[in-house]
Parts: sequence; C-alpha cells; structure tokens
Amino acid sequence: MAALLAVAPDTSFAQQKTLDLVKERRTLNCGVNTGLAGFGQPNDKGEWTGLDVDLCRGIAAAIFKDASRVKFVPLTAKERFTALQSGEVDLLSRNTTWTMSRDTALGLSFTGVMYYDGQSFMVKRSLGAKSVRDLAGASICVQTGTTNELNLADYFRSNGLTYYPVVFEKNDEAVAAYNTGRCDAYTTDSSGLFSERLKLGPWEEHVIFEDRISKEPLGPAVRQGDAQWASIVRWTLFAMLNAEELGVTSANADEMLGSMRPEVRRLLGQEGSFGKGLGLEDDWAYLIIKAVGNYGESFDRNLGAGSRIGIKRGLNALWKDGGLHFAPPIR
Amino acid sequence: MRGATRDAGVARRAGIDWLYDPYWRGVVFQLALVIVLLAIGYEIVANVAANLKKQNVASGFDFLGRTSGFDISQKLISYENTSSFGRAFWVGLLNTLLVAGIGIVLATVLGFVIGLGRLSPNWLIARLSLAYVEIVRNVPLLLQLLFWYFAALRSLPMPLDSHEIGAGAYINRRGLYLPAAVEGVARETLLVAALAGIALALCLLVIARRQRLEHGETFDAGRYGLAIVFLLPLAAYFWQGAPLVFDYPRLGRYNVEGGLVILPELAALLTGLVVYTAAFIAEIVRAGIVGVPRGQREAAAALGLSRGQALRLVVVPQAMRIIVPPLTNQYLNLTKNSSLAVAIGYPDLVSVFSGTVLNLSNQAVEVILITMAVYLALSLSTSLVMNALNARLAPAGR
Repeated sequence: MAALLAVAPDTSFAQQKTLDLVKERRTLNCGVNTGLAGFGQPNDKGEWTGLDVDLCRGIAAAIFKDASRVKFVPLTAKERFTALQSGEVDLLSRNTTWTMSRDTALGLSFTGVMYYDGQSFMVKRSLGAKSVRDLAGASICVQTGTTNELNLADYFRSNGLTYYPVVFEKNDEAVAAYNTGRCDAYTTDSSGLFSERLKLGPWEEHVIFEDRISKEPLGPAVRQGDAQWASIVRWTLFAMLNAEELGVTSANADEMLGSMRPEVRRLLGQEGSFGKGLGLEDDWAYLIIKAVGNYGESFDRNLGAGSRIGIKRGLNALWKDGGLHFAPPIR
Repeated sequence: MRGATRDAGVARRAGIDWLYDPYWRGVVFQLALVIVLLAIGYEIVANVAANLKKQNVASGFDFLGRTSGFDISQKLISYENTSSFGRAFWVGLLNTLLVAGIGIVLATVLGFVIGLGRLSPNWLIARLSLAYVEIVRNVPLLLQLLFWYFAALRSLPMPLDSHEIGAGAYINRRGLYLPAAVEGVARETLLVAALAGIALALCLLVIARRQRLEHGETFDAGRYGLAIVFLLPLAAYFWQGAPLVFDYPRLGRYNVEGGLVILPELAALLTGLVVYTAAFIAEIVRAGIVGVPRGQREAAAALGLSRGQALRLVVVPQAMRIIVPPLTNQYLNLTKNSSLAVAIGYPDLVSVFSGTVLNLSNQAVEVILITMAVYLALSLSTSLVMNALNARLAPAGR
C-alpha cells in the first residue's frame, strides 16, 4: 500500500527539475544505508558517516555552501528503489550495485562507481574452510533483495555445488543468525564483510575469503529524465577523484586556489566557468573538497587506514596507482 | 378547473415526496457514492500507470513468468532457482498456509487448555494459566519471535555436535532432522486408506447420532472413529508387506545430511504464533464459558451428569456460540501475523514474494497488489468458514 501511495500522488516531480526542488526545500534528501560501517552509519554522536554519506554532504556543499543541509533517509535494500522512484529521496547513495536491469527497467540512472567491490564469504576460523569451493553443503546466511542472493544461487548452481540459503530482510538479522551458528557462512560484498566483522565479538575468529564470486560496482543512482541532476551527482564524484589525482585536499584547498596549474585552477573554479553547466556556482568543486575532502581522504577516513575497518585501496585506487578510478577531466 | 389545480398540486407534492422518500433517497445516495468511489479508484489506477510510464518504470504482470534466479530454504513443491517468479509465489504462499494451518490448530488446542485451566478449581493451575496469559499477551509478538529464534537457538548444540534424540533423529541449530520415508511405499494406497478411514469414521458418527436420538443408546463413536482413521492406513501398510524405506539423517562435512528437516525458522515462527495467539484464545474461551448461565451447569448436575460431562455436553456447546466470532478474529490475526516471518528468515509469502521477488522484479505496485489480494482472500475464506460454523451453532428457533 505504501508503495502504491508513494507512486500515485506525486505527478509534479517529473516535470520540475530536482535541483530547483532541492533549493526550494533547502535540504537534500539522501537515501543511505540503515547502518553499514564505512558507507553509511550514524556514529556515537548520531552524525552520519561513511563514503556514501560524504557524497551526499559534498553535493549539499556544492548547492548550499553548507554540507549540513542533508536529510539522511535510511533505507533497507527492499525499500531503496521505491523511495527513489517516488521522490522520497533525491538520490540514492547506498552501496547499491549498478546492474543493467536496475539502470534500465526501473526508471533510474546510475551516475558512476563509488566503490569497486565483489561478493565474498565470511566463515568462522574454526570451520577450516579456505575458499568458496569448500562451502559445498554449507548453510549460508544472506540478505534478501540483493544481488548477493542471486550471485550465490548462480555460483553454486554453475559449479554444481549444493548449499542451504537462509534469507533475512535486514543485514543485522543475517549477521546475528550467522553468529549464533545458524549458518556456516555469511555472504555479502567484500567491503560489507569487513565492516560487519567489526560487530562480531572477537573479530579475529572470522575469516573473509580472498576470492570473489561477482563484480559489484557500487554507485549512486538518480531518477531518469533529469540530466542536469544526474550531472551534478556524477561530477561531484569526479571532482573528488580529480582532486585526489591533483593533490588537492580539504586541508590545502585554500592554498591551492593560488596554484598556477591549469587543471587545479579549472577544478577550483579559478579558470573557466564549469559550475554554470551544472546550475551551480563556479566554486562548486572547491566547496565539495572543503567539506568532505578528496576521494582518497574520504576513503581513508571511512574505510581505509584511518578507520577501524582498514580496507586496502586495491581496485579503488586511482588508475595511476593501479586501481580502476579514472575520472574524466574537468575542461 | 378547481379539480385540475388540485391534481397538479398532488403531482407536485408527489415529486417532492419522491425526494423525501427514504427508499429512493437511499438508492440515489448509495448510487452516487458507488460512482464517486469507482471514479477515485479509476483515477488512482490511471495515475499510477501514467506515472510509471512517464518514469520509464516497467509495469504489467509479465514478470511472473521470468526466471527467479534465487533459492528458497523451505519448499513444499518442487522449486529450483531456474523456476519462475510465479512458482516462487506459490512456494511462499504454501509456506504461509502451512504455518497458518498448523498454527491455528495448535493455538486452538493450547488456547482451550489454558482457558479451561483459568477456570480450574485447582489454585496452582488457575494461577499458572493466569500468569501465562498476562505475560504472553503483553509482550510484542515480534520480540517473542526473535526470542524463540535467537535465544532458543543458542541452547541447541552446534551442527557437528548434533544431539541424537533416538530413532535416528538428530537435533541441532540447523533444525530437527527426522528419518524420511522414501519411495518404496505406494503413497496412493496409503492415501486411499486414510480417506476411506475418515469416511468410515464420519459414517460411524452419523449412525451413532441417529441411534442416540431414536433409541437413546449411547455409543462412543468418536473413539472408535479415531481408531479407524489411524488403523486403516496402518493395515494397508502392513498388507503391502511393510515396504517403507527410511532415509536416515547422517553426519556430513558441515552438518547432518539427508532425512526430513524441520527448519528452526519454521519451529520458531510456529512456537511464537501459537504461544501468542493461544493467550488470546484462552481469554475468549474463558469468557465464553463464564458467559453460560450458572443454572445450566446446575441443571446438568441435577440430571446426574459428571463435571466433565456437564462441561462437554452442556456448557461448551453453548459457550461455542460466544466463542466462535472472536475466535475467527484470532485465526485471522494469526494468519496475518505470520508475515512477521520475514524477521527470522522463514520463507513465507511476504518474505519470498513481496520481499525477494519485489526486489528482483522491482515491480512494487503489482507485487504488493497481489500480496494484498492473497491476504484478503485468505482472511475472507477463513471468515466464510467460521461464519458457516457460527450459523450451525446458532440455536434453532431462538
């Protein structure tokens, strides 16, 4: 019923530009995870933190010059697309895998890849399993409505292995069931395993497999039919990536305003007029970087060395460091 | 001339009367209401369809034929991850019906026992029943389900230290593993024998009733009927030469393998629903019995009926008239509450269909509509059966 009502009454947003709507409302409604350390989770002071959360803050900073003008809407895997379709949120920044059907048949557009991930498994060390193939005949806990549930079925079917799925609506319940011993293994994206492992008593007792059974490009999504808004979301991420590539950080951004390098000058709005195309001021990228830092800073703070999770950059390093992040240039 | 004027006046008056006639007023207003409701309904449907189209969201019911791609832990009909979404719907629906069906029977039995317990002259039984009702009724069902699932699960052994409970059955945190009857036994023969047993038992009941009414002879048809229902299939089984082959559970790499598994999700959900609903049913039963005038019981005693006979033959049949309508409510509640299964990983209709299928097909409107229609149909058919029962119980000519 909620879904029905949510889709029904709102005929206006399709015509009205999302940017104007957000400006009028004076807050950005951002759909985030209900609680996944490193991506979207409230900290002990009740402030939302995470890589996905930083993207929302960055966009708010670019629009309002104030990164706090974001209303975070926690969404379960099940609710997320309906919430975006119905206009309840302006964008979905919720470790969501970019797949073809989601990008085409849902009326949504993914604007880029925030985090390159892959599905893996976590087991208790005492089980002695080393790789996915050791899990033949195992019970596996998984969250409903995720690509993980499908990859799991695909992988075991194509490899002729049996397994027993136990499916939960919320991540927390799936992890709790795994922890009680209801399942031998818990599966989700590798990053999610690292972050969930922190919640499990002595985390050294749990092993996360090295092998991945899928590609999971996680990225933000917006509604189709508003190219300007999609560009704002897309270029916020690109600005963070370009800033890292050019060595611009939240700490040195002011200093960098005086830089002579043309790429830096264009990024920070000292040269050219790149904000106009987005419907923003020309210092849009400067505001983003001042508020949340470049991609590397945000990664370190939320997921990497500077966080409790401690994930290596790996695929998520810049292209010049052997990773996959390759942002188009600002020119 | 004068006559003509009066006629016109009468005609005019008749026109006004028509407006004030309660019958026609009723018809007009109800018709108007129906038209308005239909118009609103049409507007909602058209608006949703237009919005979905404008937003480039897929709609329609074609998705039911698409390959599902996911697995389900408990299935009463054959299902693979290559089956369709439509098939997944039936798996979920049957799982819901299984829980609701077993739950209703068990909750009724437990509820009657507790309800009678509350009226027991035995102080301890009455107080224990009271404590049960007050504790269980006042804790949210979801918490109880999580308790049964997570807390009770912890007290069971890990899979590799499975506890053998005899007769080749094992129990551990993954479930109860029973020896399963596999091919070798002609199921059809057993089924026919069972059905024949039920038919015979029913005949026996009818004959016994007629005997009692016409000749005043009492005959305990219930007990013999029950015996027939169980003995006939058993006889058929031995007549075939006892061909049953059991698939015994055995310890595997991670867990007990083979046999018939009763998943802990099912056990926890059933326990939670039965325990919770029984508390309400107990109060309904107590109210029904207390609602039968004391004189009835005294009259039964005066006729020489024992306490048990008075309860069974005089009090309960009258109490049923009070009990059945609110009991129907509890049955409906139990069925609807079974959708809380989603919290503890039991694959019911809501979990499988409006959970996983909704997510994979992303056709929220269609999926939610189908789910609502199913629950509506379940509730209405339960009500229908219970109303028929109620009509039967209603005293004739009162």
